[in-house]
Amino acid sequence: MRDRLAALMRKEYRHILRDPGTLFTLLAVPLFLLVMFGYAISLDVNNIPLAVRDLDRSPESRALVASFLASGHFLPSPSPPDSRAEGRALDTGAAMAVLEIPDGFAAALARRETAPVQVLVDGSDGTRAATVMGYVDGMTMRFSTDLRRLASMRSGSPPASGPAMVLDVRPRVLFNQELKSVSFLVPGLVALILIITSVISTALSVVREKENGSMEQIIVSPVRPIELILGKTLPYAAIGLVAAALVLSASAILFGVTVKGSILALAAMTVLFVLACLALGIFISTLAETQQVAFLISAMLTLIPTFTLSGFVFPIRNMPPAIQAVTYLFPTKYYIEILRALLLKGAGFGTYWHQALALLVYAVVAAAAGAARFARSRRK
Amino acid sequence: MASAIEVRDLCKSFGAFRAVDGISFSVPQGTVFGLLGANGAGKSTTIRMLCGLLAPSSGMARVAGCDIAKDPEGVKRSIGYMSQKFSLYEDLTVIENLRFFAGLYGLAPRRIETEAGEIMSLTGLAGREASLAAELSAGYRQRLALGCALLHSPRVLFLDEPTAGVDPAARRVFWDIIYRLADSGSTVLITTHYLDEAEYCGTVTLMHAGRIVAAGSPGQLKRERFPGRLVEVECDNPEAALAALKADPRIEEAALFGTRLHAAIAPGAGELIVEGILASRGVGLSRAESILPSLEDVFIRVISESEKEDRP
Repeated sequence: MRDRLAALMRKEYRHILRDPGTLFTLLAVPLFLLVMFGYAISLDVNNIPLAVRDLDRSPESRALVASFLASGHFLPSPSPPDSRAEGRALDTGAAMAVLEIPDGFAAALARRETAPVQVLVDGSDGTRAATVMGYVDGMTMRFSTDLRRLASMRSGSPPASGPAMVLDVRPRVLFNQELKSVSFLVPGLVALILIITSVISTALSVVREKENGSMEQIIVSPVRPIELILGKTLPYAAIGLVAAALVLSASAILFGVTVKGSILALAAMTVLFVLACLALGIFISTLAETQQVAFLISAMLTLIPTFTLSGFVFPIRNMPPAIQAVTYLFPTKYYIEILRALLLKGAGFGTYWHQALALLVYAVVAAAAGAARFARSRRK
Repeated sequence: MASAIEVRDLCKSFGAFRAVDGISFSVPQGTVFGLLGANGAGKSTTIRMLCGLLAPSSGMARVAGCDIAKDPEGVKRSIGYMSQKFSLYEDLTVIENLRFFAGLYGLAPRRIETEAGEIMSLTGLAGREASLAAELSAGYRQRLALGCALLHSPRVLFLDEPTAGVDPAARRVFWDIIYRLADSGSTVLITTHYLDEAEYCGTVTLMHAGRIVAAGSPGQLKRERFPGRLVEVECDNPEAALAALKADPRIEEAALFGTRLHAAIAPGAGELIVEGILASRGVGLSRAESILPSLEDVFIRVISESEKEDRP
């Protein structure tokens, strides 16, 4: 068994090394994508012209304005004298957002009530507007926590559970406080690399052997299906893991996105995802007779869903419910959620065990289906 | 002599289509057995069943003493198989291809090197160890593919259309290797549609529509099917000549071979009757001479007879 597996793996590595173009692509494209996502197509928005209309004119309202301007995302633009001027500022583009602090802001805070603040955002560019709204959420939440901490320090009592505790916004502020899009994209990028190396390369390498007839030559030998499957998958799994490590290191060095959670957990979850991917690759290889078909099926089942349905770029919670339901069918979603939890939040297993379980189920089902079909396709 | 391959009533159906329809034959050890027939006659399906690649629908077969249905793994250990595509890895070198296939059979590293050395001298590949398979000519690639199937010293060798696309000189070298293997006790089952090549086989079996329609040594088949003389005719109107010859009861069979005609004359009649028949129909004859039948003549005759039986 060991000899035969070694022969299969040695041969697979030779194929990979004889084709340096493909190997380079496998390793370099992810890095290129990382740099591209990191620098070129950053979703970050800076220097947003912000018009402020402070009707309260209290120390608290001035502190809120200061915290907005200190964030570095906003630039002050002339204050509009009335609400009509606010609209005009947005229309002309003199401001992209308007912060209006109504009279009674400080008084409401003093009563420990939720103090209303209005922010108008130019929505003509939806993506920019969403980002600006994210910043605004972040600023207001930070302001309210600071304020409460300050209040509790003054009174000497523990922080009160006042109404300012807003749970649904908190994650953004804590885990990607600066809303750096690169840290948001790194998990998806890692998943993408693993899919390309594990699913697509595996499926293509098996189907290539079918195309040139060497699969038949292997099947008439005493090699067992499990040896063949391992010999075909392990080399690509290794390359995938190396590429993933490269991207994680590069994103730490270039963009300071470090792994906040346990490296061991990250490795374990990645291996689980790779298993699911390899099993899927083997399964796809049993469906296709030509490399083109194998690539198409892989793209439909893995690449496209990774870009569109996994939360890689487009947030799942903004999708219609029917589409949200569909996202559960693709394993990348789970892996990206786990990676975000581990990379950005440093969360423990308790927070992502659902996703880990889903990945495990996916891996087991895909492996069973792939192995069964593979064994059957050998002997009709 | 023990039979290396024993086939009894072997059938394979794909849905309603019977690709192999109850064939039986046996191949003695150390012989070269040719399985012939047109594309779709069932040759490849038969070979694939005997190699354990396809499970038979019914019937039985033993290869090297192993039942193909009950012990396909035993079959796999004792056979070598070379498919029609010479399935080599073009991006690997000659020696890497050999080492890979030796590794698949679990050969120990030291044995791999000695076997590979022997194979390379047998196939004339010595000195080309480091060439990529893609750089070899078709003839060398064919011999490398054969070599890859020989590393584990199989007792039975299956060659499925091994000479397709290879020039005649290289085919000759290939057949010399096949003879040497048979002399050393290996049994070779080969499929081909080059009928001149089939003459090299000790025994040939012709398949047509999933059945065996003729079997025997090439000489035996020719004697059985052409007890009388065979005349080759060149004339100015082959179509008319064919009709005239077919209509005459003294001609057993007439067939077109390109622009020429082959006419089988009933035993006892002389070859001169051909000239008489054509002259009476006004067909201008340029040449008519007695020839020895080839396997091609035999197979055309066998197949036309079996098609007549199928359409009563």
